[in-house]
Amino acid sequence: YFVEGQRGGGCKQTSHGSESELKDGASDSDSKVDSGPPEVPVTSDDTPEVLNKALSGLSSRWRNWWVRGILTMAMISFFFFIIYMGPIVLMMIVLCVQIKCFQEIIHIGYSVYHSYHLPWFRSLSWYFLLCVNYFFYGETVTDYFFSLVQREEPLRILSKYHRFISFALYLTGFCMFVLSLVKKHYRLQFYMFGWTHVTLLIVVTQSHLIIHNLFEGMIWFIVPISCVICNDIMAYMFGFFFGRTPLIKLSPKKTWEGFIGGFFATVVFGILLSYVMAGYRYFVCPVEFNNDTNRFQVDCEPSELFQLTDYVLPAFLESFTGWTTVRLYPFQIHSVALSAFASIMGPFGGFFASGFKRAFKIKDFANTIPGHGGIMDRFDCQYLMATFVNVYIASFIRGPNPSKVIQQLLALRPDQQLYIFNSLKTHLTERGLLPALERAAA
Amino acid sequence: MTDLRRRGGGGDTDNSDNISDKEADGEDRLACPGEAESKDATPDVAPPSENTPHCLNKALEGLPPRWKNYWIRGVLSLAMISGFFLIIYLGPITLILVVMTVQIKCFQEIITIGYRVYRSYELPWFRTLSWYFLVCVNYFFYGETLADYFGALVQREEPLQFLSRYHRFISFALYLAGFCMFVLSLVKKHYRLQFYMFAWTHVTLLIVVTQSHLVIQNLFEGMIWFIVPISIVICNDIMAYLFGFFFGRTPLIKLSPKKTWEGFIGGFFSTVVFGFLLAYLLAQFQYFVCPVGYNSETYRFTVECEPSELFILQEYTLPAVVQNETVQLYPFQIHSIFLSSFGSLIGPFGGFFASGFKRAFKIKDFADTIPGHGGIMDRFDCQYLMATFTHVYIGSFIRGPNPTKVLQQLLGLQPAQQLSIFNTLSSHLRERGMLPPVAAWTPRPPSPLR
Repeated sequence: YFVEGQRGGGCKQTSHGSESELKDGASDSDSKVDSGPPEVPVTSDDTPEVLNKALSGLSSRWRNWWVRGILTMAMISFFFFIIYMGPIVLMMIVLCVQIKCFQEIIHIGYSVYHSYHLPWFRSLSWYFLLCVNYFFYGETVTDYFFSLVQREEPLRILSKYHRFISFALYLTGFCMFVLSLVKKHYRLQFYMFGWTHVTLLIVVTQSHLIIHNLFEGMIWFIVPISCVICNDIMAYMFGFFFGRTPLIKLSPKKTWEGFIGGFFATVVFGILLSYVMAGYRYFVCPVEFNNDTNRFQVDCEPSELFQLTDYVLPAFLESFTGWTTVRLYPFQIHSVALSAFASIMGPFGGFFASGFKRAFKIKDFANTIPGHGGIMDRFDCQYLMATFVNVYIASFIRGPNPSKVIQQLLALRPDQQLYIFNSLKTHLTERGLLPALERAAA
Repeated sequence: MTDLRRRGGGGDTDNSDNISDKEADGEDRLACPGEAESKDATPDVAPPSENTPHCLNKALEGLPPRWKNYWIRGVLSLAMISGFFLIIYLGPITLILVVMTVQIKCFQEIITIGYRVYRSYELPWFRTLSWYFLVCVNYFFYGETLADYFGALVQREEPLQFLSRYHRFISFALYLAGFCMFVLSLVKKHYRLQFYMFAWTHVTLLIVVTQSHLVIQNLFEGMIWFIVPISIVICNDIMAYLFGFFFGRTPLIKLSPKKTWEGFIGGFFSTVVFGFLLAYLLAQFQYFVCPVGYNSETYRFTVECEPSELFILQEYTLPAVVQNETVQLYPFQIHSIFLSSFGSLIGPFGGFFASGFKRAFKIKDFADTIPGHGGIMDRFDCQYLMATFTHVYIGSFIRGPNPTKVLQQLLGLQPAQQLSIFNTLSSHLRERGMLPPVAAWTPRPPSPLR
């Protein structure tokens, strides 16, 4: 969210400076004199040179707008581009974003705790990141690429004892932490340990839920992220034009008008976007791995969620619009739920991040993106959205994953397999899926 | 950004966050986030007072204080071990309740320490929020366990069925409510404190609550998977102490100056032997060996079954170097060696972690619940890793998936997927000779699930 902007033109700070002196300008020089703790480094103006030249004519306030606007466009175009590139690229991007977010937060923790002279901590934090990622990616790969894994011998062993291996790796890190405790720095070290773990909990689990959503179908990745982005932009616009009543003390620039306007705009946007996307297989089909071609494919029969069905309008809408039925994708109904969540709860993720920044007196998480701050700044509202979408899919949409079920089936004992086989046969016969002929041949 | 102590002179008093300023821990300063609001001089986490029960005091009046200390510890150790036996006798339900009680007490102990360190007394929301998160996370875990193990019962009752179907969604909604309450409760001058407490609560939940649920899942696998690991850790504690007491000379680690290498190694060997013998003892009884099942008709827990091959005596040939003989062992005893090794070698790291934690926050014990021993956390700090290890061990090497659960998932799939799985399964079974070949196929009665 847009926290800056309170200093208009004239101030020395550039729009994206993440200097920490929000409230007390004195802190900088003081801390430098005192123990010389390295702070979150003062960010210099790092707008690309080309932009600087192009905008040199404008006053600094307008320049700020332009920089933000251009960067926004750049990010959105980039988003479209990676969608076009396909699932593998998306996964890579998610991984990169996760690593960058992790690095930003750990960097803040280091600066807060002056841990620069404890070199173990960087290594340990990155080691823990690696362990947790290994664990999650291993589970994902095992679930979705079961046949591939079964084929390659080393992969099969890794996957069979996956939890044990991950746990052993984590334990090694834990023991290294204990062995690295230094007499005068206990509290610091425990704080950093806790900080690392909470960051892992927040950042890494979210990114894996995003990837799970992605495998469900790219539409489950695109629509939630777009809803959050849209809510951001729309709430800002409504607040800019109509804003009057402040929303929460934590973020003084947010207004109720922006909040409510953003809500309605996002719901409408979600409905339209899902209408557009639900027509294409590329977005709608679960991502699968084709064993023969060793490629990802997104080809399938769209499920009933993505087939136009007729809905009867309730009476009052009927009189309003004059239609009796509408043709909608059922997914559009779900998108209303997703948009509603993005508009109502998403901002809480933003408030959480704002509170965090105020608590540690930083302006932005980092200054990776000119005009916008760090990667975390852009993703703070996405934080809750990914979890919600995953829980939503698991509760209301998706049944169990078939390849995982097969995997478990084949791991059972023979007599248990036989029992299940017979139960399944009875079940299928009851539902008329197994004609008598097939039954005799089965 | 870190304007922690920039109040001109006297900056250093801020950080002496805690009790003993014997250690002029210069670098430890920034620990306390008491910057904006208040001067420090943190109240020391109160030293454990003398709360030995009165009767013990009377009985031991005559002895000098050092022996009195030993006697108190000894008596309490025996009392705790007897308590352990008693609850094992009382059965699985009691065990679950005890695990839950211990979990709540550990959580409360750690949160109390956090409160004192951060002096959050003036933020009443935090107790409420911490307990609320505890309830949420417990609800989530217990709900998952119940749905797994009591599938039949859950399917029968209508409200339970609804709760179980949307369980994740409900848990998530509850957690979100807590999250929003946290965000709404952020108070202007206390941001950092509040974030610290939030993180403290979450890390505590991660440590304490997930462990306790893994303990319960181990329990459902069979009480022996609960008893043997815990006994191993207790035995290692006691044996390492005794070996250290009689033979101890070389210090083990700076963190715990009382631990010695002799104690460590002696403890290792004696624990392995102890685990081996204990496994032999317990593996004979169905009460310990069978998975805890729930009988829907009698509404009771049953522990009756055909013991799996892990608990049936088998012949093992000793390696020729020892003797050219065979011994009869339970395969479980081999597994117990691994459990004992872990408990002796890595378990102590959990203890060192807790020691480091206590030194970091300058407390002697987590609390003073148990006279002579400190708080519940003090007793359970080495168990911390053992439960997770046992659970991962079972998951990787012993247990396959749960057949009921697999069937449940199967029936939740789409018909087309069910059909394809059916075909895969039938060809698999046919290959293994479990199903007669196509031509001579006759209906077979379903075999009972174990």
